[in-house]
Amino acid sequence: MSRVLIVGAGPAGMRAADILAEAGLVPTVVDEGEKAGGQIYRRPPDGFTRSPKALYGSEAVKAVRLHRIFDEWARQRRVTYHSRSSVLGFSEGEAMVLGPEGQIAIPYDRLILATGAYDRLAPLPGWEQAGIYSLGAAQIALKAQGVALGRRIVLAGSGPLLTLVAHQLRAAGAGVAAVLDTAPLSMQLRGGSRMLAARPFVTARGAFMRVGLGRLYHAGARLERIESGQDGPSAIHWRDARNRLHATACDTVALGWHLQAETVLADLAGVTFDWSDTWAQWLPRADAEGRAGDRLYLAGDGLRILGADGAETAGRLAARACLADLGHPVSGRDQYRDLRRLTRMRRFAQGVAHAFPWPAAMVRGMPDETVICRCEGIRAGELRSTVLLAGAEANRVKSLGRVGMGRCQGRYCGRAGTELIAAEAGVEVANAGRLRSQPPARPAPIAALCRLAPEE
Amino acid sequence: MKLAKEPGRLQRLSETSRRPVRFHVDGVEMRALRGDTVLTGILASATYLRQAEFGPEKRAGFCLMGACQDCWIWQEHGPRLRACSTLLHDGMRLLSQPSQDWTGGGS
Ligand code: FES
Repeated sequence: MSRVLIVGAGPAGMRAADILAEAGLVPTVVDEGEKAGGQIYRRPPDGFTRSPKALYGSEAVKAVRLHRIFDEWARQRRVTYHSRSSVLGFSEGEAMVLGPEGQIAIPYDRLILATGAYDRLAPLPGWEQAGIYSLGAAQIALKAQGVALGRRIVLAGSGPLLTLVAHQLRAAGAGVAAVLDTAPLSMQLRGGSRMLAARPFVTARGAFMRVGLGRLYHAGARLERIESGQDGPSAIHWRDARNRLHATACDTVALGWHLQAETVLADLAGVTFDWSDTWAQWLPRADAEGRAGDRLYLAGDGLRILGADGAETAGRLAARACLADLGHPVSGRDQYRDLRRLTRMRRFAQGVAHAFPWPAAMVRGMPDETVICRCEGIRAGELRSTVLLAGAEANRVKSLGRVGMGRCQGRYCGRAGTELIAAEAGVEVANAGRLRSQPPARPAPIAALCRLAPEE
Repeated sequence: MKLAKEPGRLQRLSETSRRPVRFHVDGVEMRALRGDTVLTGILASATYLRQAEFGPEKRAGFCLMGACQDCWIWQEHGPRLRACSTLLHDGMRLLSQPSQDWTGGGS
């Protein structure tokens, strides 16, 4: 029987496993979570008692259905599930996996990567202090632990998650001091009309949540700096759409500008990347069903950021493509329907990308003393002067200036770093180079790395 | 490090009737709830996890999803762990920095 390895157990990975198990294969799923679910459908540890409705709101039915299906396959041993396990890299048809029992090698014939996405971050002066988090972190803390990351939280950035997290925190009784959206209202309206055309119900739900935030919410905000004292942030300084300066007192700031695809493993597996103007990031190249290379498939937000529903659809598509390539019978009608569904999701997602853009101007204008790399404290000025030496190529700037070399492996500084390099060298971001990923995909003990032979 | 009974950075909003667990950070006993991650457990009564190694600031986690490695913490025996993605166990003994001289009480 063919050995299919799925990486990630969010909606895309869980659904891919379901389709493969249904067809009689026994896929292996490697996942970093305690329990399958991913980020959006993340489940709290045992002993927590909030209802699915409290955890997932309007998405509760979908979340519970997926959890049940996946758990049932795993219970019947028709899906082999490795929780709390990270894939570090690939070597000769094997995935090197670091889990609770140490390191194991999992051989596979086909690989489906469903690695999801993480918050796309833009640095601003003061963001390196303790008590500044990603937006996703605020949501995870609430969902998986029932806690707020502070008592007076400012949420800042842009994207659907900004409004959603603010709404969820307030509904749970957390103190939200302000919601600062850097997207101007005019862009939101333009993008929003495309969102509305593609998915009216979802768009209306978001708009409704937004209205509920009332005067806490500000569109077109410009973030200037975060001020911190001994115990964390004390205020965020920002300008409103009419250029008036504000200082909002707070003890926590959560930042995020929509999402960025998690592509390290796709990169290590040899996928080709294209610059996307729409998404303002490098994205893996794949066909409509998710084929991205020899016996390699991508699905979910790690391929295109379409959200949980889109990820489920993409998971089904990739799994059926994999089955078809293995010579299994596949329903062309199901595949066609899901392709149509995905097209609609894409139209919606493009509207989202236009409504809530990456704040390029803010990043380009950041003062020299702004820390770009939170891991190692590298500042914008240092990076700018490295560009003079290294030229406009992200990987050279990285080896000279160390931006992208810290322990987050460039996840939270890479995008802003490339923006600065492009600005400094006067080239398009697409021409400033893409930071190549290096194994291991997660920091790992030396012993675990010995079998990851460097192939460069 | 600010410890013990004072309220820390986090605010518990719900699910507070879980069983208590006890653990130690830098030799000081702390209490939290079963099902807390190491990060939740510490930040429930402290304002940060540890000192940054490349600057004067403190660390209190950043992504909570295993991607940034901001939340590293050390066990008195054995390897470091990611505080955001490790569940707290009764009796855990943790260090805010990888030092042999932990009995000094840490930072
Ligand atoms: S807070 Fe980012 S890895 Fe734990």
